[in-house]
Amino acid sequence: MRVLVCVKRVPAPGAKINITEDGQAVDATNLGHTMSPHEECALELAVQLVEAHGGESHVLTLGEAAADEQCRWAASIGVNKATLVDVGTQGWDPQRTATALTHAVRSIEAADGAFDVIIFGNESADTGGFQVGIRVARALERPMVNAIKGVDIVDDGAVLEARRETDAGMEVFRLPMPCAIGVKEGITWPRYPTMRGRLASKKLVVEQQTSDAAQGGQTMVRLNRPEEKVSETVILGHGADAAPAVVELLKELGLWTEGAAS
Amino acid sequence: MSAAVLVVIEHDRGALADASLEALAFGRSIAEQLGASVEALLIGAEAAGLADACVAHGAGAVHLCSNSDLSDYGPEAYGAVIAAAAGALSPAAIAACGTDRGNEVLAHAAAELDLPFVANCTDVRIGDDWEMTRVQWGGSLNEETRLTSSLPIVSVAHHAVEAEEVAPGASADVQPLDVTLPDWVTRSLVQDRVVLSEGLTLATAPVVVGGGRGVGSAEGFAVLEELAAKLGGVVGCSRAVTNNGWRPHSDQVGQTGTRIAPQLYIACGISGAIQHWVGAKAAKKILAVNTDPAANMVVKADYAVIGDLFDVLPAITNG
Ligand SMILES: Cc1cc2nc3c(=O)[nH]c(=O)nc-3n(C[C@H](O)[C@H](O)[C@H](O)COP(=O)(O)OP(=O)(O)OC[C@H]3O[C@@H](n4cnc5c(N)ncnc54)[C@H](O)[C@@H]3O)c2cc1C
Ligand SMILES: Nc1ncnc2c1ncn2[C@@H]1O[C@H](COP(=O)(O)O)[C@@H](O)[C@H]1O
Repeated sequence: MRVLVCVKRVPAPGAKINITEDGQAVDATNLGHTMSPHEECALELAVQLVEAHGGESHVLTLGEAAADEQCRWAASIGVNKATLVDVGTQGWDPQRTATALTHAVRSIEAADGAFDVIIFGNESADTGGFQVGIRVARALERPMVNAIKGVDIVDDGAVLEARRETDAGMEVFRLPMPCAIGVKEGITWPRYPTMRGRLASKKLVVEQQTSDAAQGGQTMVRLNRPEEKVSETVILGHGADAAPAVVELLKELGLWTEGAAS
Repeated sequence: MSAAVLVVIEHDRGALADASLEALAFGRSIAEQLGASVEALLIGAEAAGLADACVAHGAGAVHLCSNSDLSDYGPEAYGAVIAAAAGALSPAAIAACGTDRGNEVLAHAAAELDLPFVANCTDVRIGDDWEMTRVQWGGSLNEETRLTSSLPIVSVAHHAVEAEEVAPGASADVQPLDVTLPDWVTRSLVQDRVVLSEGLTLATAPVVVGGGRGVGSAEGFAVLEELAAKLGGVVGCSRAVTNNGWRPHSDQVGQTGTRIAPQLYIACGISGAIQHWVGAKAAKKILAVNTDPAANMVVKADYAVIGDLFDVLPAITNG
């Protein structure tokens, strides 16, 4: 089985997200970089599918040259190959990104063979456009469902059964392979890199590509921090002594039923 | 009268998703700027009964596509219907609510039509260009964006606008929309369902008692379970907790977990990282329980108790 995962390098912010003075980007000074937790789970899923069914996993990213770090992270948990489409530090709009990724998938498939499954995150951690995976799958004419939290390969490898959470339970899709899915955090539990994995990641050859995809119709003008409701926090007390004040508050909010439970 | 704003109505086997009513309100705010009307698009025969609700919420007309291939929800099938409706009805814009399904079907339609799609807007301003505010980082940042498109396709962030009944009791004139769908769209229809719970969910519970790294272990959650049971609520948690395997990911609140909107969120041993906060901030009131008075959660909460959650929670539960 051949599995591709698409991941996007993003800054890893802390308690709040700062913006550069010109409003064009997240201020990543002193910040590390990461990828969406959805995409971390996607990488783990790819490695598990190849462990169970044989074959090869491949990671694809579009971004600045430093996204090499995310490719090597993928290799450290067992992903076999990597491709980086180097477009510099300027963020690309969703249509342009999808066109470039589609092109990259076609070129990898021409060299190594078709992918049975292409895995995306449900949405990217930063821009969250909710569409790049769907656009790529559509261009490649493969079925695609987003928000997937469980998969099984069934029918002798012909079908990928994909499950998604609803309010009441799960809904089930049966996608003929080759297919694509967008996954949510929780579908797998990402492993930590082993010593052997770290060594493999150092030796990984990251294939470099460029792209001349045309710009799409959405242009970011600037970023702003949403206005925060400023609330004076009412300190109800310290330790167990605060309990009566909390119970008083719960009564006020109509959430305390005398005599219930306990 | 110029072309209408077409709002895609979300439903599950005929049961209306409340988010659709937010989409209709959002559609009206766009239509008012264009001097246009709002029209609703119902997909699947089971949705026929929703026409009156659409009209009550401001739709001037309702289109129903009841193609026999639409036996259940399917992202590719719904996307193809929306793309076909764009051709048949020539709307001024297409809108939906930014739920899992809403964003997914608009992305499929936009891909099919080779047009841009702007997800999770909070506001649209129409001048020479379309300019909108949309959320990034799950709601931690706003992006001002400009859209150049022959047919704007936009979703509204869930909970960003309020549904409003503008024509109570009005009844609908339903117009059938006949489209020919390609065979392949049926490959991604829902095939089956697994019912897990009929009870309270994290997204809808009136009280959520959330635990973070400060709870220290899976067993530690017993004190949270007891308080949640006493208050008729459910337990939630932070990503530090799911990463440690103390709770399933379905309990996680935040950017990559569930968005909650309870009457009261009691956040215990949670520092309040931005990615957690964006999932919790729609709570009407927040009570933080934390040993650290400087924790972000404490600073941002409406109420706080400073102390060890293992002292504080049992004392509350025991009244
Ligand atoms: C793209 C991205 C997406 C993310 N999505 C999510 C998400 O959906 N949800 C999420 O939660 N996080 C998410 N995160 C992770 C987030 O950044 C934080 O790492 C996480 O929320 C921290 O969890 P915590 O508050 O439980 O732990 P910590 O930050 O370690 O805080 C523990 C708190 O417990 C307090 N404490 C300790 N002991 C006690 C005690 N006995 N009694 C009372 N208080 C005590 C401490 O004072 C401290 O404030 C995401 C991160 C990224 C990069
Ligand atoms: N620059 C990128 N490089 C690789 N994959 C990407 C990139 N942008 C988006 N993706 C993939 O597409 C998914 C959806 O992205 P988005 O449409 O931005 O929400 C992400 O979770 C990734 O899997």
